[in-house]
Amino acid sequence: MTHVIRSVLLLSLVLGLALVPATGPLQAQSKGTIKIATQSPLSGGQAALGEGIKLGAQLAVEKFKAGVEKLGYKVELVPYDDQAKPDVGVANARNIIADKDILAVVGHLNSGVAIPSSEVYREVNLAMVSPANTNPTVTDRGYPNIYRVCGRDDVQGVVGSEFAASLKIKSVYIIHDKTTYGQGVAEYFRDDAKKKGLTVLGFEGTEEKSNFDPIITPLRAKNPDLIYFGGIYEQAAPFFKQAREKGVKAKFMGPDGLDSSDLAKIGGKAVVGMYYTSVAGPVTKYPKAKAFAEEFRKKFGKNPEPFSAQAYDAATITLKAMEMAGKSGKKLSREDVSTAVRKVKHSGITGTWEFDDKGDPRSALYFVLQVASDDPQKWGENKEVKRLTIAAPSLKKK
Amino acid sequence: MDFELLVGILPQVLLDGIILGFMYALIALGYTMVYGVLEFINFAHSEIFIIGAFVGVEIMLGLQSAGLLDALPWPVVLILVLMAGIAASGLVAVTVERVAYRPLRGTPRLIPLISAIGISFFLQDLIRLIESLWRNAFNLVYPTIDALNHRFVLTATIDISVKSLVVIAAALGILWLLHAVVNRTRVGTAIRAVAEDQAAASLMGINVNRIVSLTFLIGGAMGGAAGVLFGVQYGLINPYTGFIPGLKAFTAAVLGGIGNIPGAMLGGLVLGLLEAFAASYLSLLTNGAFGAEYKDIFAFSVLILILIFRPKGLLGEVVRERA
Repeated sequence: MTHVIRSVLLLSLVLGLALVPATGPLQAQSKGTIKIATQSPLSGGQAALGEGIKLGAQLAVEKFKAGVEKLGYKVELVPYDDQAKPDVGVANARNIIADKDILAVVGHLNSGVAIPSSEVYREVNLAMVSPANTNPTVTDRGYPNIYRVCGRDDVQGVVGSEFAASLKIKSVYIIHDKTTYGQGVAEYFRDDAKKKGLTVLGFEGTEEKSNFDPIITPLRAKNPDLIYFGGIYEQAAPFFKQAREKGVKAKFMGPDGLDSSDLAKIGGKAVVGMYYTSVAGPVTKYPKAKAFAEEFRKKFGKNPEPFSAQAYDAATITLKAMEMAGKSGKKLSREDVSTAVRKVKHSGITGTWEFDDKGDPRSALYFVLQVASDDPQKWGENKEVKRLTIAAPSLKKK
Repeated sequence: MDFELLVGILPQVLLDGIILGFMYALIALGYTMVYGVLEFINFAHSEIFIIGAFVGVEIMLGLQSAGLLDALPWPVVLILVLMAGIAASGLVAVTVERVAYRPLRGTPRLIPLISAIGISFFLQDLIRLIESLWRNAFNLVYPTIDALNHRFVLTATIDISVKSLVVIAAALGILWLLHAVVNRTRVGTAIRAVAEDQAAASLMGINVNRIVSLTFLIGGAMGGAAGVLFGVQYGLINPYTGFIPGLKAFTAAVLGGIGNIPGAMLGGLVLGLLEAFAASYLSLLTNGAFGAEYKDIFAFSVLILILIFRPKGLLGEVVRERA
């Protein structure tokens, strides 16, 4: 009996194989599925920004996938939630490289997550185009598959301290969140502030999220003119709020991690007038992004967050690279895509992006902005105080 | 080193430490009550505490959208919110005991402990699920009541806010009330009897299950009150906020002598003061080499020392009864 079954199975297999060429012309057109992954925090305290990255990339993929689909592929976006945690990011990265259809990653939000995760991408030469990672290490390792479409903290910190010096102040007190990103940018700010002749009254890291009394008490006694917080809004906002409540009069400042409408939601009146530097200006500040913002609102029913437009550009760049690499006709590999990104020149909605030999943009925009209102809905109307175009510093030879 | 600065901020650091200490003490009372009666550490207490904070913020947001937050006088708002937090946390604590601990009574000590840790994670994610479905938010912000934020400025570097005074007053009031209930009422006598010997108490006609439920109700209620006050004091909560204060409060309870009510108060104050001192002075004393981030090392080092040299805690032997 088993012999019969086996022969039948064998026969049908042979027949099945024989039938494949018969449907040949149809099959040849479809070369399979290409997936683009996003990694950003979709849950937890930084979900607002992370969700914005995912949706920005999603919009770009839906809009521009036709070019790659013409080559015979189906294009899909697969979002991953890195929870803003390095271990989760790395675990996701392992899953991503195991899925052979994923040919590029758009992400992450946090440099501290992007750096270890990109070590995993590098093993298989998988392109990562980051919309938001500003820590210099991200590209300074010189990996051939890592790119970003935003500025760097060693420039952002200096832009911040230069602006601080121009405020005619004498002293600063610096707090950071002990992450790769927050501490990094705070150190660049500190080093340059010292050079500019500002007195640094304190430099302190904390992971505290609710009770800032023990930090505020000595700070208040030292009476700084400016407080710089290197970190993310969900920690900075309650700190600023409690500092104001305790009568601290200093001006507030921070890097682009403070750039979220949630800062106004949590901090309220305390953060009105706060300065922040950013590698991503409000969407309203990019002339080409207006249509994007409207489309985003229409589709998702909310305003784009900072980095949504950058994620849109990053995803568009990966699609463009796939199109370029796929023109040769052979099946696309991860290698092809990550090499092709370097050759892309893309005039996107947040700038004209072109990469140097380590994956940094040849020039990036830096903004100094000021919070205009304690209404989170009006976050996009924050005042642009200054705008600079600066090239990424080239890699120092050791 | 700037000696003037070190001395100058001392009163404010003391004050910060006392406020934090009362906060820990309030939470620690919940651990101590349960331990006193069942000799069991309710590791889900930090979530019961944060449930109070969540119910509190929801009530306040509700009042705000109804336009009542500014219309009502602040003590009324505060009492309303406290009552809601107390009721919610008390009920959750009783339910948790009924569902997760009572079926395990009589099993080896490790079993209910593991169950408690499980419940703790379950409650964290339950709060997170409810809040993300209900508000699509992770962090919740306590609405500001200006009267509570008013500060009494004593000198240029020392001041105290109304809400800090409220925390201290509430902690002292609740401590007094608890002490009175445990020592001067029939129910209190029953609680002490169950703490002493469950079997003997039941032979004397005490319904042990009812007394245990009651203990969880009281412990949970105090956790809820602490949660609301925590939210009012520090302003921002999320589903995981309870974990660290809960752990510190547990430490405070052990420090003071777990199962001992004045001990929880003392332990809370010692821990709060230590933390405030370490966090404020570390950076100043070491010239920035160590910062506030190392404050917990000191608090927990003291705990270890206490456990080595005085295993029953600071007040562990003075009062013999366990509740």
